[in-house]
Amino acid sequence: MSETGDSEGQARRERVARAFIEGLPHGRALGLKMRAIGAGTAEIVMPWHENLVGDPSTGVIHGGAVSALMDTTAGAAVMAHPDCPSGTATLDLRIDYMRSATPGQPIVAKATCYHITRTVAFVRAEACDEDADDPVAAATAAFTVERG
Amino acid sequence: MRSPEPVQIVKARRDAALGRLVTGVPYLRFLGIRFDRRGDELTAVLPYQEMMIGNPMLPALHGGVTAAFLEVTAIIELAWAFAWEEMEAGSTAEDAPPPRLPKTIDFTTDYLRAGLPRDAYARARVNRSGRRYASVHVEAWQDNRARLIAQGTGHFLMPNRPGAAPPAEGAPPAPEFDARGNGPGGSDG
Repeated sequence: MSETGDSEGQARRERVARAFIEGLPHGRALGLKMRAIGAGTAEIVMPWHENLVGDPSTGVIHGGAVSALMDTTAGAAVMAHPDCPSGTATLDLRIDYMRSATPGQPIVAKATCYHITRTVAFVRAEACDEDADDPVAAATAAFTVERG
Repeated sequence: MRSPEPVQIVKARRDAALGRLVTGVPYLRFLGIRFDRRGDELTAVLPYQEMMIGNPMLPALHGGVTAAFLEVTAIIELAWAFAWEEMEAGSTAEDAPPPRLPKTIDFTTDYLRAGLPRDAYARARVNRSGRRYASVHVEAWQDNRARLIAQGTGHFLMPNRPGAAPPAEGAPPAPEFDARGNGPGGSDG
């Protein structure tokens, strides 16, 4: 945020981003909860649920559900960026799966919008289960920046 | 000369093999994804549900649903290519346990158009499949096959297959399965 930026504007931006994310029908279906939102950052939790299991023999969550969590968290970070676009959409999302998430544990994604231009926002994200030192997945994404 | 097997028996066997891969995966049930089969060609179908909406203002499918649909399609196609091969070789037991699925190493989703609130379809192509690694490309569309809503590419780690013992020390590497029937190529193990 610039020196002259107004903290009120940022607070409003974060409120709008939170309301938007918490209102997403698919976010509700996944049980997503926003844990934190700041200037260009977001943190969202996805609880473990039987519905999301990809491998019934182990109970490990399907990668697709992790993608949805990553996409949502990355989008929230863009919306909460001080150079606030009026809207955003995912251009591309790459996810690296480093290990299986431990069954029964919630997954927490943290995203940072580390660069934004007039037209594109760049985001990095990481997802962890209860072992926060050993991430489950990492993502990089590009988003559109829509100026209203 | 032996008469060919009755068509309904062949169909039932192939549908059962596909069923073993797909049924029993809770996440596929959650999204309602099913697979249509024509011979060995699969088309994944994602029937629209209100809970798939990401942006209620447009409204548009959640990008996460699109990514998940592509990834699911890639994994099932890859597992199916192996199941098909084993089945046609006559080595699949009727009561075999569900085969272990490939694990995603990485997956990239390229969003081309907003997904509309209606059914989506996807097909995957196994571009390279080695003993350990595979590369798969997927395309998804809605009303018009030529207007893709998204495409994806992923790399996958193949499960250890029973009977596919590692080559003995010093033995030449076994030829690798290639979805295009081109024989071994590339350099992975």
